[in-house]
Amino acid sequence: MAGKPKLHYTKGRGKMESIRWLLAAAGVEFEEQFIEKKEDLEKLRNDGVLLFQQVPMVEIDGMRMVQTRAILSYIAAKYNLYGKDLKERAWIDMYVEGTTDLMGMIMYLPFQPADTKEKNLALIIERATTRYFPVYEKALKDHGQDYLVGNKLSWADVHLLEAILMAEECKADVLSAFPQLQAFKGRISNIPTIKKFLQPGSQRKPPTDEKFVAFVRTIFNV
Amino acid sequence: MSGKPRLTYLNGRGRMESIRWLLAAAGVEMPVLLLFGLGLFLNQCPDAEVSRLSFYSPSAVRFDEVYLETKEQYDKLIKDGFLLFQQVPLVEIDGMKMVQTRAIMSYIAGKYNLHGKDLKERALIDMYVEGISDLMQMILMFPFSPPDAKEKNLESIKERATNRYFPVFEKVLKQHGQDFLVGNKFSWADVQLMEAILAVEEKLPTVLSGFPQLQVFKTKMSNVPTIKKFLQPGSPRKPPPDAHYVETVLKVFKK
Repeated sequence: MAGKPKLHYTKGRGKMESIRWLLAAAGVEFEEQFIEKKEDLEKLRNDGVLLFQQVPMVEIDGMRMVQTRAILSYIAAKYNLYGKDLKERAWIDMYVEGTTDLMGMIMYLPFQPADTKEKNLALIIERATTRYFPVYEKALKDHGQDYLVGNKLSWADVHLLEAILMAEECKADVLSAFPQLQAFKGRISNIPTIKKFLQPGSQRKPPTDEKFVAFVRTIFNV
Repeated sequence: MSGKPRLTYLNGRGRMESIRWLLAAAGVEMPVLLLFGLGLFLNQCPDAEVSRLSFYSPSAVRFDEVYLETKEQYDKLIKDGFLLFQQVPLVEIDGMKMVQTRAIMSYIAGKYNLHGKDLKERALIDMYVEGISDLMQMILMFPFSPPDAKEKNLESIKERATNRYFPVFEKVLKQHGQDFLVGNKFSWADVQLMEAILAVEEKLPTVLSGFPQLQVFKTKMSNVPTIKKFLQPGSPRKPPPDAHYVETVLKVFKK
């Protein structure tokens, strides 16, 4: 009998946040076990439950899944958020890889040396507004539909909303030149499962601050 | 009607090499109809019997390649709107201009039945491929490390290969005793692992000495007809990156 998925990670966004978003959007309740000290990670490793000695790890359907993309792909397919055929899946994968690259830059920003922060932040905004957002703006404009792929909510939409909100945390008016994305943001935020996830008290984690960076450094080599 | 896939990248391994491997390994079975028994059985059966005997001759998915040699070529691709995120690899396949290595490989694996028979097998293949990908990333970046960091980086590759990644696949193969990593069937995971083993061996020739299962696996994979062909001279396989390749990369992608 399958229980709720159980997420193993630290109590912060990192690489697990996209997984929390996707489960929440799919309306799936999940449990979390937080790594609070280095010993917790060592224990997981010694118990042999981390295939490559790394987290995220998600216990789901009798598997101990690792590797963020593998986990997200599984969840997307299981909950019908992965398109109706191979070609729609290809488009979803392409879009998701783009937002992954953008969110990856934002995720690492707090861990960069202080004297490079301003330059890296400028690069994030430049990439967001000249490389990534224009692609999604155009996709939505070209087909005029509510969702990125196949006129149906998919992993790509959830991931893009997450990326938009993270980028706005870097620069509040980053969407100013993207009317389609502004409308998209409003629409997807109002989907009941996502609306719930965006409310206080949900399992969504706050932005990474200096205190959390220091804590993460006691556990991982980053 | 779709033609052959067309790959656009530099004339070297980089991020396109895994895609070349997968297309080459994918293989398309070509059945051959054989008229059988016409002469032999005519006097026994009133009607001529035509039996269909299939000969399966695996042949790789053939593809074309366009090589980027100058910054101008690359800038033109971007200007012409070919590159969704202004990056290569680019693979034109089935009417799509696909970018993003993982998306491309997932599509190829799905199309050529190398992605498992169900969601759970796919999950296992994805996990294995992602792990190997992390190891391949270290090898990918190695030629670009500053000279004084090269020894340390090589040591990291050795450590990760022998302590983190190879033991996993050694154990998987030992536990189920099958020829292939997942579902007793040739998949994307096997191709990726084979590529990684050879890439690491190029740098560390004795790296498989503690891994008997992987040694057997390597031999078996070398004999899969499509892979065997890919490993022969004259195939689309690219040589290890050299100074000229590094120079071209820096030139083409210069900001």
